[in-house]
Amino acid sequence: MSWAKRRGAALLLAGMLAGCATSGGNPADPLEPFNRAMFRFNDAVDDVVLKPVAKGYRAVLPNFVRTGVSNFFSNLEDLWISFNDFLQGKIRQGGEDFARFFINSTFGLLGILDVASDADLPKHNEDFGQTLGRWGLGPGPYLVLPILGPSTVRDGFGFLLDTQADLVWRIDYVPTRNTTYVTRAVNTRTNLLDTTNALEEAALDKYSFVREVWLQRRRNLVYDGDPPRERTESDEESR
Amino acid sequence: MTATRRASARSPTKNPVDNETLMAMRKFLCFALTVLLAPAAQAQEIAPDVLVKTITQDVVAIIKQDKDIQAGNPAKITELIETKILPHFEFARMTQIAMGRNWRVASPEQQKELTSEFRTLLVRTYSTALTNYRNQVIEFKPLRAKPEDTDVTVKSEAKQPGAQAVTIDYEMEKTPGGWKVYDVKVAGVSLVTTYRETFAGEVREHGVDGLIKSLTAKNRENDARFKSGKT
Repeated sequence: MSWAKRRGAALLLAGMLAGCATSGGNPADPLEPFNRAMFRFNDAVDDVVLKPVAKGYRAVLPNFVRTGVSNFFSNLEDLWISFNDFLQGKIRQGGEDFARFFINSTFGLLGILDVASDADLPKHNEDFGQTLGRWGLGPGPYLVLPILGPSTVRDGFGFLLDTQADLVWRIDYVPTRNTTYVTRAVNTRTNLLDTTNALEEAALDKYSFVREVWLQRRRNLVYDGDPPRERTESDEESR
Repeated sequence: MTATRRASARSPTKNPVDNETLMAMRKFLCFALTVLLAPAAQAQEIAPDVLVKTITQDVVAIIKQDKDIQAGNPAKITELIETKILPHFEFARMTQIAMGRNWRVASPEQQKELTSEFRTLLVRTYSTALTNYRNQVIEFKPLRAKPEDTDVTVKSEAKQPGAQAVTIDYEMEKTPGGWKVYDVKVAGVSLVTTYRETFAGEVREHGVDGLIKSLTAKNRENDARFKSGKT
């Protein structure tokens, strides 16, 4: 069964649940009971499998190797990032990100070295969920996906398209493709170790903390770091 | 009330004046004003962006020199934060924002307790973030603010090769004791509002005292972890 199909099934399930779930606290999270259950499941998997593997990976491999691996996967993304820039009408950034991909794939030895950053072509963060957001589509209900974690209905659909454009997906030889997927997953989790450790300390209720962080982060990304100021409760009520 | 739109009138305009007498009079007036307002004005002299920049540079310089801090020595990190960073944070305001409408439900004693526990929690989180610091270059963007503004955002970026730069924005307010930080936004995520939903949920289910209790419990748990060096 393909990754995308499974994602699709999860989204469909979440969509059906939307009809019957009761609302908890945040209006952006009508699926809270389902999401909390999924979050607990993900957390358990993380504790038993992902986190220990990531820790081992970090302990075994020297820093420069891990950086190389990160750069390699990051470079593969740049092509799709560039495409999304264009879809969002950011022509200049689209050109720059394409140049990043070109330079790093060649001079950067298949992306292992990020020479483009030194050439004043900084890394950007784009995906199809952000493009949809840029086109005016709201995030929709918050959604915790199996294994993949926090998302929203919009970003979930965006991710479906992201996976189709994924270059790793194009690898024909299945064992190589699977190994690449696993390596990328381990690399991603390892890069998040510091963040999740900080999270353990900071959060009173991990579920709602992650949700708030995620929703704010995505909103910030859609607006490229400059979202319109939200009118907040405290502005009106406190003081 | 909105905190964004308050303005103070006490800032001399910078238009050039041709008339020399006028100039001299103005100078005298300014001088007199400065003397009169000295106690209040002194603390306000440092511009918000300069303040944050200076503190950041100080702190980074200290971390870079100090192997103990890099290794996560709890006592040293706490000392660094207490002396260099905390005086410039306004924790009562931060707690107020995180509490939203529940702030008024809390009694003055509860407000005090909440502020103190929330402060401890934020400081601990901040210490962990500091020990994770690894040679990122922190750059400050030019401050976009009018001289009369009393609420500004100081924007900076932590850059590291191979990854997207992480923005760090400081929301600051002018107070009688100088400019103070009341929120930090890392990569667009507000340190303070992130707690709002959790706080509201806790108060809804267990009341203000319930929230204080769970904050205290969280701090104890973190303390144990921090002291054992297992961060």
